[in-house]
Amino acid sequence: MSGSMSTDDPLLEMYLFESTQLIEQLEATFLRCESANSFNTEAIGEIFRHMHTIKGSAAMMSIMSISEAAHIIEDLFYRIRENSSAPHDFDTLFELIWDGLDFIKVETHKIRNGNQADGDPSGIVAAVTRYLETFSADTAPEYSYEATVTFTPDCLMENVRAYALVHQLREYMTIISFIPEDIAENEQSAEAIRKNGFVFILQSREAEEQIMAHIEQTAYIQEVRLSPVYDTATAFESASTSEWDRTAGSQRDKNSDSPKQMPVMREPLVSSMISVNVDKLDKLMDLVGEMVIAEAMVTQHESLRNIVSEHFLKSAAHLRKITGELQDVVMSIRMVPLTTTFQKMHRVIRDMGKNLGKEVQIQINGEETEVDKNIIEQISDPLMHLVRNAVDHGLESSQERASSGKPLAGTITLEAKNAGSDVLIIVKDDGKGLDKAKIMRRALEQGMIQEDSPELSDKEIYNLIFLPGFSTKEDVTQYSGRGVGMDVAFRNIEQIGGAILVESLPGSGTTISLKIPLTLAIIDGMNIKVGGSHYTLPTTSIQESFKPKAQDLLYDPDGNEMIMVRGECFPILRLDERLNTGGSTCNISQGVLVMIQQDERKVCVLVDELLGQQQVVVKTLPPYIKKIKPIKELAGCTLLGDGSISLILDPAALVSGAVRARTPALSSLH
Amino acid sequence: MKQSPLQDLELEEDSLKNKYLTFALGSEVYGIEIRYVTEIIGVQSITPVPELPEYIKGIINLRGKIIPVMDVRLRFRKPFREYNDRTCIIVVDIKEISIGLIVDAVAEVMTIEESNIVSPPDLNQLSRRYIQGIGKSGDEVKLLLNCDELLNHQETENLSAIGQV
Repeated sequence: MSGSMSTDDPLLEMYLFESTQLIEQLEATFLRCESANSFNTEAIGEIFRHMHTIKGSAAMMSIMSISEAAHIIEDLFYRIRENSSAPHDFDTLFELIWDGLDFIKVETHKIRNGNQADGDPSGIVAAVTRYLETFSADTAPEYSYEATVTFTPDCLMENVRAYALVHQLREYMTIISFIPEDIAENEQSAEAIRKNGFVFILQSREAEEQIMAHIEQTAYIQEVRLSPVYDTATAFESASTSEWDRTAGSQRDKNSDSPKQMPVMREPLVSSMISVNVDKLDKLMDLVGEMVIAEAMVTQHESLRNIVSEHFLKSAAHLRKITGELQDVVMSIRMVPLTTTFQKMHRVIRDMGKNLGKEVQIQINGEETEVDKNIIEQISDPLMHLVRNAVDHGLESSQERASSGKPLAGTITLEAKNAGSDVLIIVKDDGKGLDKAKIMRRALEQGMIQEDSPELSDKEIYNLIFLPGFSTKEDVTQYSGRGVGMDVAFRNIEQIGGAILVESLPGSGTTISLKIPLTLAIIDGMNIKVGGSHYTLPTTSIQESFKPKAQDLLYDPDGNEMIMVRGECFPILRLDERLNTGGSTCNISQGVLVMIQQDERKVCVLVDELLGQQQVVVKTLPPYIKKIKPIKELAGCTLLGDGSISLILDPAALVSGAVRARTPALSSLH
Repeated sequence: MKQSPLQDLELEEDSLKNKYLTFALGSEVYGIEIRYVTEIIGVQSITPVPELPEYIKGIINLRGKIIPVMDVRLRFRKPFREYNDRTCIIVVDIKEISIGLIVDAVAEVMTIEESNIVSPPDLNQLSRRYIQGIGKSGDEVKLLLNCDELLNHQETENLSAIGQV
């Protein structure tokens, strides 16, 4: 974080956190309402409340631009709520709402980056005001205000004057309550008024200026302060009951079935959720990781090996169980559903469809799938690029769709699902599919492949779209065509150890799947020894391990070793050869074969020895090493019980044995 | 309040200024700016990482933190020498990258005034670019390392190597 404001000020941080959350919730609600093309009372209530909170906290942080914009939108919804039956021009209405929300979003963003929120909300305010004017004046709702009147110091009999004022004002407006309440009977109240002023709550259809004018007609008034009141939270206490009944209460009553539920529903939300700095979580995670190692260090200690004590073993097992649970809990704290990420995409698609004049339907499946917080941050950008590409390049124009007999509206499907230790995120469009010939032609023109390069498989051709600078678009649009997006997507996903798979069927659409690891932190691993080095294989990818028999070995003409297992033939992978380390057994029958599977492909890895299974904390390789040379086969490293380091192998890279040789285009990226 | 960390930093910078940690590689004595140095440890078990240049010996576990180690001898294309109990790993922190430098022996911390530092002669030697200056202290000469180059230069080497493949 660069901004001095953003980190130093916990209040501001809290504000940003809250506002961002509210904005996200609002966005979701808007999208829901827009697709339904109506507002139900519940949604209106929710939007109203959220906007009110945003306004209030922005005002508290004296960020006036946000406060003003939120205020006018709040007004808008106030009117909508009060006139729920009135017809609305939904297109204009939603445009207004989106504009307003975007404005608030941009301003919030500015603050987060340590800049001043210097946007001018007057455009939005004017637009909303214009829209509001379309409501007929007589349906204008009553607004509530809190007025504080101070009388001139030496006027005396303040209580009587106040009583007269109330009496006078009742001609023009409704006076709901006042403080002190006993002005008519109690002369002592004059003293209180002199000290604190005379405070009353009123309701009126008129504008603030007019109300002020009414009040100021009375003699001996020194000062009048008027401020709008929306709910009891800002109203003073003794008046709150009557105020609640008349304004907030009546508003809530209109929400048919949930008048009393609102406060009840909100309360547990406040008390059961706390927001925690991610840094702290990271630290906790690290500590738990260290603890897992320490636990292994203690319970598997050399000198304990010969101790036969049932009691000790029991205690050790207990300790292990607790550490395991602790780990699970810490992990689960960090897991966040993809909902918000998908919602963001929903928004992107909606906006793009509007701007490009394409009709787009969005289908979202499995948004509740949970992924580690760190990973979510990393995939948001790539996903956005993929979605943009799908809408811009993937979907045809409505005319084209009509002529090819497809439904007019294109469909973008966003899907997330768990697949073993990975999460699959799928972006699917039902557009025209990738045009292989066109991709090849562009790649040739842009010099990414040579005329004489060998026959490329479909997959390799599709992968060309991830090269930096590659674009089949002749014209650069607002959304795509510069050839940057897919490259960024590819790199980001690769960075977190994920992969991108492209499938496409000409005429019926493209599917791009992101395969990302569920978490980067802790895995179940099998420690193995090859030559002098220790490695760890994720247990999830291990199918079985066995001692090979000499008669099951096969050799193909190139001398590649293979083994028959239950009538199936699997390639044998020698880690030392693959990684150029050397020093392992040459004789297969002396080693152990570990069969690993990834994406339906199986490979038997030859290892010297299995050292045992253990939960390991994945640490990334030092950035320096990654910089010098990214090693595909290594997913990271971990500390073993004795403090030594073990390298964690990436089964996906091992299985796709010839990955580097096969995709020349992609390997040249590095 | 807000000033104090800055002032502290300035003071610290000041006290570190012109100070060099000197170490030996064979018969030569090198110096490295002390502000880069985090700690000095003895040689411990190094886990080799495959497919890296020869001079990156592997990674070590520094109290739970995993850092790469570089054999400075091999970096300068000098012959490898077995590690012994004089061999040290100097842990340096350069632009948020931690790395251990394996050297024959650590000598001392000394102050070399800027006036006593001259630019290296313009010889066309590989190790030359890693030397930012030559410091004189009494009648001895120390080669002052340019840490940035030491860490970052192989990027281009690496790229050109890929180009050849």
